[in-house]
Amino acid sequence: MNGRRFSWSRWVSIVIKEFIQLKRDRLTFGMIVGIPVIQVLLFGFAINSDPKSLPTAVVSLDNGRYTRTIVSALKNTNYFRFVHEAASMAEADEMIERGKVQFVVTIPAGFERALVRGDRPQLLIEADATDPSATGPALAAVNLALTTALAHDLQGVTGDLAGGSSAVDVRIQRRYNPEGITAYNIVPGLLGVILTMTMVLMTGLAMTRERERGTFENLLATPALPVEVMTGKIIPYILIGLIQVTLALLAASYVFSVPIEGSLVLLYAVVLVFIAANLTLGITFSSIARNQLQAMQMTFFFFLPSILLSGFMFPFRGMPEWAQVIGSLLPLTHFLVLVRGILLKGATLPELYSSIWPILAFMGAILLLGLKFYRKTLD
Amino acid sequence: MNADLVVDVQGLNKHFGPRHVVKDFSLQVRRGEIFGFLGPNGSGKTTSIRMLCGLLTPDSGSGTCLGHDVIRETASIKREVGYMTQRFSLWEDLTIAENLDFVARMYGMRLRRKVVDDAIDALGLGSRRNQLAGSLSGGWKQRMALAACMLHQPKLLLLDEPTAGVDPKARRDFWEEIHKLAATGISVLVSTHYMDEAERCHRLAYIAYGALLTSGTVDEVVAQQALATWTVSGPDLPQLQVALEKLGGVADVTQFGNALHVTGTDADALDRATAALRASGPQRWERSTATLEDVFIHLMRDTKDNYQ
Repeated sequence: MNGRRFSWSRWVSIVIKEFIQLKRDRLTFGMIVGIPVIQVLLFGFAINSDPKSLPTAVVSLDNGRYTRTIVSALKNTNYFRFVHEAASMAEADEMIERGKVQFVVTIPAGFERALVRGDRPQLLIEADATDPSATGPALAAVNLALTTALAHDLQGVTGDLAGGSSAVDVRIQRRYNPEGITAYNIVPGLLGVILTMTMVLMTGLAMTRERERGTFENLLATPALPVEVMTGKIIPYILIGLIQVTLALLAASYVFSVPIEGSLVLLYAVVLVFIAANLTLGITFSSIARNQLQAMQMTFFFFLPSILLSGFMFPFRGMPEWAQVIGSLLPLTHFLVLVRGILLKGATLPELYSSIWPILAFMGAILLLGLKFYRKTLD
Repeated sequence: MNADLVVDVQGLNKHFGPRHVVKDFSLQVRRGEIFGFLGPNGSGKTTSIRMLCGLLTPDSGSGTCLGHDVIRETASIKREVGYMTQRFSLWEDLTIAENLDFVARMYGMRLRRKVVDDAIDALGLGSRRNQLAGSLSGGWKQRMALAACMLHQPKLLLLDEPTAGVDPKARRDFWEEIHKLAATGISVLVSTHYMDEAERCHRLAYIAYGALLTSGTVDEVVAQQALATWTVSGPDLPQLQVALEKLGGVADVTQFGNALHVTGTDADALDRATAALRASGPQRWERSTATLEDVFIHLMRDTKDNYQ
């Protein structure tokens, strides 16, 4: 009878044993402290759903005082940061396509004359609307800012126009995603998120599993070379990655009607580069981790910033500078630019180079780290 | 180099961080010989075996395994050596046939299918070839592991505690198999904790705390230590053991079933020290020759004293 009663002393000793074991597992202990402290601080400061200072190019075909008024009015909203004055519309076009700028403001020829005459000249604002949440607040602020600024400037010149809300005809063009459909942004992004998650985790587990079960020693005792083991173990996961991409693309296209503007071959080539980078990371995690649990924890530690700082969940340009620096180290950040560029903008290879090499650089750095640790585990 | 030596290494050393795991390890194993490798847990047996088969690189030392340099030619060694790990290290989520097929591929076996089929038939597992390896019992796992490391017809087998946790019948069958292999000219280096297995070996080496203490045939090893031994039987043995352990001249007192083995390094000193107890006690004292176990227990205590 006595043995069936809840024993506090037994219970306490189980709790104590659990604490002792947690304390011994340094990595788990680090994660317990690290995840809340680092991640909360990091994301608390970094994430901003109302992005300001978005890079903007201006094409000014009419250099008058009102042009300056318009530029400074937009600047004063804090949403627009003028980074470039393009000589032609073609040049500005290329910048928006490469993702160098978020907006292009075009002031047409004869703008000033038409304005003074009260002809309501057009002012064209083009937005890269692949991520509607990044451009929405900025575009919403445009009309009020222009009306207020022009009303002040036009006073006395053309008195009858003063105070009118329609001194200029602001034409907003949401490029690549004219209807501002969030799914256009999220669904291609999910492609990258899914790949990051499964590729890093699966390879991380694949190697630590061999070590945990003792089969790794058997593999090492055979004449197999490390490079054969490493690459051989990776291949199935590359295939899995490609299947995932295909399924996600089918869903994007048929369920969410996401346009596929660019080349599918280019898209798959870019996907392969991204898969390779993530697999390299997974293998490296598995060389460092002592067991499957640790490999899993490392994956999550990498996964969180990948989701939050890459521009997948929150606009990349809304984050403070330092967070953008961290974000631009992550392959997912660049992959999002690539996949949105190809799917929504129909971008081609020359426009994408600047987002491909950071992924390759990431892979190279991780590979060096991984090789260093792999040697250690042999001896 | 002696062509008859399949293993010939001198002065191997291995450190793991600050720990000196193997110290100046030298070993010679002859062709067709079953060589027993004994020593307490953590004495460096597994590390020594791993250095022989090219899994670990020695920090210093030199030598050959099957005529290949143990430092530079590990790839050639791996191809000609069969290594059976201490823990079952085949893939539990592959079937018996898949495991053997994988191993055969790793060694680039020609006529792979036939080799694998023959191995499965020889094991007597023909009807269970598609069973997962993880579902086999301990004894079968061990037999399968032996078959796997014999697939590529190695000239030297390195077996790391192959019979740990296996029942006596399976253990006996396993040793018969080893002797059959040795008769065909294959050399075997086997580590074990069991004295009966040690006595089945042609020659032995004893390693403790990283250092090789003695080697030779069973008789040589026993003779080298020159232990004088009394076997005591009768009543009140536990009390007698306590009394004996306090005496100078008595090296070890060990209980074997219903008898005590009292050993000393100097026969005269042992006799003098025990004279009073022999004369007065109700127990029966008989002179006996030291067994291998007496020798090993003595060696183990001796070295422990030296290292503490």
